[in-house]
Amino acid sequence: MSDFRKAHKALVSRILEGDGSASRAQRRGAFDNAGLGEPMRTLISKVAKHAYKVTDEDIAAARALGLSENQIFEMMVCAAIGQATRQYNTALAALDVAIEGAATEKE
Amino acid sequence: MRLAILDSGHSLGTKALFAFIGAVSRQPVLDAVKVVKYRADFYGAPMSRVTQDAMRGASAWSVGDRELMAALIAKTNECEWCTKAHAAVAERAYGDASKVSAALTDLETAAIEEPLRATLRMLRKLSREHSVDADDMRAALAAGVSREQIEDALAVCFAFNTMSRLADAFGFFLPGPKAFEAGAKYLLARGYR
Repeated sequence: MSDFRKAHKALVSRILEGDGSASRAQRRGAFDNAGLGEPMRTLISKVAKHAYKVTDEDIAAARALGLSENQIFEMMVCAAIGQATRQYNTALAALDVAIEGAATEKE
Repeated sequence: MRLAILDSGHSLGTKALFAFIGAVSRQPVLDAVKVVKYRADFYGAPMSRVTQDAMRGASAWSVGDRELMAALIAKTNECEWCTKAHAAVAERAYGDASKVSAALTDLETAAIEEPLRATLRMLRKLSREHSVDADDMRAALAAGVSREQIEDALAVCFAFNTMSRLADAFGFFLPGPKAFEAGAKYLLARGYR
């Protein structure tokens, strides 16, 4: 495995499985951008899909839910890394298909 | 920044480090630095290893190429902060500001090598649409980009699809060009460690 892939794997396992203020289920939900109730669903989905649309009100709504800043921080980090990881994996799979297709044509 | 802990929740040792950085660079500490130094064991330290490998690890892409990819990914994500920060690093690495601004303004007409153009096109689509397919990869391969180069470019894309999201979501303060110049100088000399 390349240095990058090892480092990426270590990052993902740290944020999802290591100690944190948010529960592992909350961090996993943010990473997957799935299974969250409002208002976290809106905040996390914005981080994943169009982060420039996040507003002060989105954060205020998360705080009003009783979440600490540390919990919100962790969940936002998980959301960003989760979406970037899905993009990375999708692209690698497309690359595999392109390369395997070329190899089959040569045979 | 939207979370007060990211501005002022650091340990005393880190606060002392920030005071030192501010005194030496004569610029405010950039919000990107504040975020990677906040509870670094959770995000900053493991992310810095990822970013260092992607941006400064062994690769057929030059440092300038990878910083230009970073800036274009950030621009696609509408993250002004990361676009400016990494355009400044790319300009300095290439020693050519017009090449960077041309590529960011109009990728199709910019005077850059075809393999780099084809790779930037693929990264832009991946960032904008969250997905690419085998045809997109075939187009890059046909332009002369190797499999390893595509993988290296995807590593850059991972790092900047993560960081540009966080810059916007946390609401980074956008400083003047001098602060980004100082940051670019630092990133070229020391990397992302």
